[in-house]
Amino acid sequence: MKQPLIFGATCIFLLGASVLSMAVGAVSIPITSVVEVLGSHLPLPISFGPVDAIADTIIWDIRLPRTVLAVLVGAALASSGGVMQGFFQNPMADPYIVGISAGAALGATAAFALNLDIWFMGLNAVSIAAFFCALLVTLTVYMLSRRGGRVASTTLLLTGIAIGSLATSVTSFLLVMGGEDQRRILFWLMGSLSARRWDHVYMLFPYLVVGMTIVLFFARDLNVLLLGDEQAAQLGVRVERVKVILLAAASCLAAAAVCVSGIIGFVGLLVPHLVRLVVGPDYRILTPMSALVGGLLLVLADIVARTAMAPAEMPIGILTTVLGAPFFLYLLHRRRSGLV
Amino acid sequence: MDIALHADHIACGYDRRPVLEEVTFQLHRGDILGVIGPNGSGKSTLIRALTNILPLSTGRVELYGKDLTSHTARDLSQIVAVIPQQAPIPFAFCALDIVMMGRTPHLKRFQRERPEDVRIALEAMERTDCLEFKDRPVQELSGGERQRVIIARALAQQPSILLLDEPTSFLDLNHQVEIFDLLRYLCVHDHLAVLCVSHDLNLASEYCTRLMMLREGHIYAEGSPKEILTDIHIKEVFGTDVTIIQSPYSGAPQIVLKPGEERRGSADVQMELGEGDVAAFRDATI
Repeated sequence: MKQPLIFGATCIFLLGASVLSMAVGAVSIPITSVVEVLGSHLPLPISFGPVDAIADTIIWDIRLPRTVLAVLVGAALASSGGVMQGFFQNPMADPYIVGISAGAALGATAAFALNLDIWFMGLNAVSIAAFFCALLVTLTVYMLSRRGGRVASTTLLLTGIAIGSLATSVTSFLLVMGGEDQRRILFWLMGSLSARRWDHVYMLFPYLVVGMTIVLFFARDLNVLLLGDEQAAQLGVRVERVKVILLAAASCLAAAAVCVSGIIGFVGLLVPHLVRLVVGPDYRILTPMSALVGGLLLVLADIVARTAMAPAEMPIGILTTVLGAPFFLYLLHRRRSGLV
Repeated sequence: MDIALHADHIACGYDRRPVLEEVTFQLHRGDILGVIGPNGSGKSTLIRALTNILPLSTGRVELYGKDLTSHTARDLSQIVAVIPQQAPIPFAFCALDIVMMGRTPHLKRFQRERPEDVRIALEAMERTDCLEFKDRPVQELSGGERQRVIIARALAQQPSILLLDEPTSFLDLNHQVEIFDLLRYLCVHDHLAVLCVSHDLNLASEYCTRLMMLREGHIYAEGSPKEILTDIHIKEVFGTDVTIIQSPYSGAPQIVLKPGEERRGSADVQMELGEGDVAAFRDATI
């Protein structure tokens, strides 16, 4: 089988990119030192000799959490996007489709505007407000789309757009009134991994594990759901229940990712499609592969974001969008010729 | 027990608009029951009602004496397989993937497909003559080829009741005949109970053991093809003049259409429709 081979190769690429990501930056650290620092923190029987204290701090406290976070955010967005595309039977769906990004933006902006100073588990008010607003908006969209115990995908999609626009206009209003904070808010909205610490990793990790487990648990049902609700039901899938669970899992994955990194666009749209081209549409393989490739893509994007305009840093969301928008157009074009 | 499915005075509809009313019939194993009637007479709705997709407003459906609503979706899908009218499939699954989905009702969560499941799927594909394109993406298949894949998927479910919603409407003549030959074989040898909604009255007459004619949500008549397909019935239900002849092969009644005496020319129709309608139709066709 070629699938384990692809899986293994992607893992090695991801590892390589991660080490590279820890070597480059404002202070360049040789890759051998990176490996030494990492090795000294692991309970290995080999000793690495004395490690430079500054290198140790830079890598262990700054660059490693940032790199790990890039992997986790990429994985969460990509697997969530894959689920949303299946859920809506629409290749153009992304993790933010039911109002996650609009909700998160509203929450973050409100927290900035109100100058909230709450800390929870090492996260500031902006992250927390973004997370809860994202889920709140999603829940509202879901409740409003419910008719007689059923949720039609198209209704959900359109309600998501309407409520999303509403939230976005409130966000714009707050931005206009916000005055000096505008730049900070905008920077957050565009998505960034700068100055992220282990706390952010701890925040996202449980959501990723639980979310991915749920998605894998229902992967076969998700495949069958691609045939349409009615046929899925006739093949023994409890459609409404499975849809609610999958929507909740995908939303939590996306909301948790947004909460720690801001809104990073196009990863969730792009990666599942790329992966589908290589390993096919079966969610049992697609989901773990998307997570890996999503992580890889974000680590690479983060390297570019940090080095392209050094010493200034580019918001990673801009980078992924610059990469993603042409791909999106390409997909649209292919869809017209009936191949997607 | 010979009765596979028993519908007892069922009624159902959408948003309180009744589509089916007072429908009572039995489906026996080894029977092919053809459901015929004009568009909007409730044929497709009947299939949705029989698979618990559309809840009944009154009446009940029993499968082998057990109430339909007391089955879980999984139990139900091991007994009843449905072949839909048209099946759009997004993303590039290959034909075998689609047929393997028919094994879903028999697999536990996380259980991988066993060699036995693959064997059953391949056998089903062999039977519907689509084994040759098992590795091709379904998008690349023609409408007829895709329909044969869908029928193979239903067979892979290993059901004892098969419900078909106009299964041959996109197929070429040779495949129409092959599909109905297969249905007949499944009835005779595997003792399946088949309910088949059909637009093609002649095919239905040739292959169905019984016919049920629907009109405006009610059963207009039910019986053998000879009893049902009469010029009077067709005139009453479809509003068309026909002559019934006997098939030289089987003696089954076959319908010969009688052309209308005064067909209006296309120019007249265009004038009546108005330019907007014509333009809209042209856009839709292009």
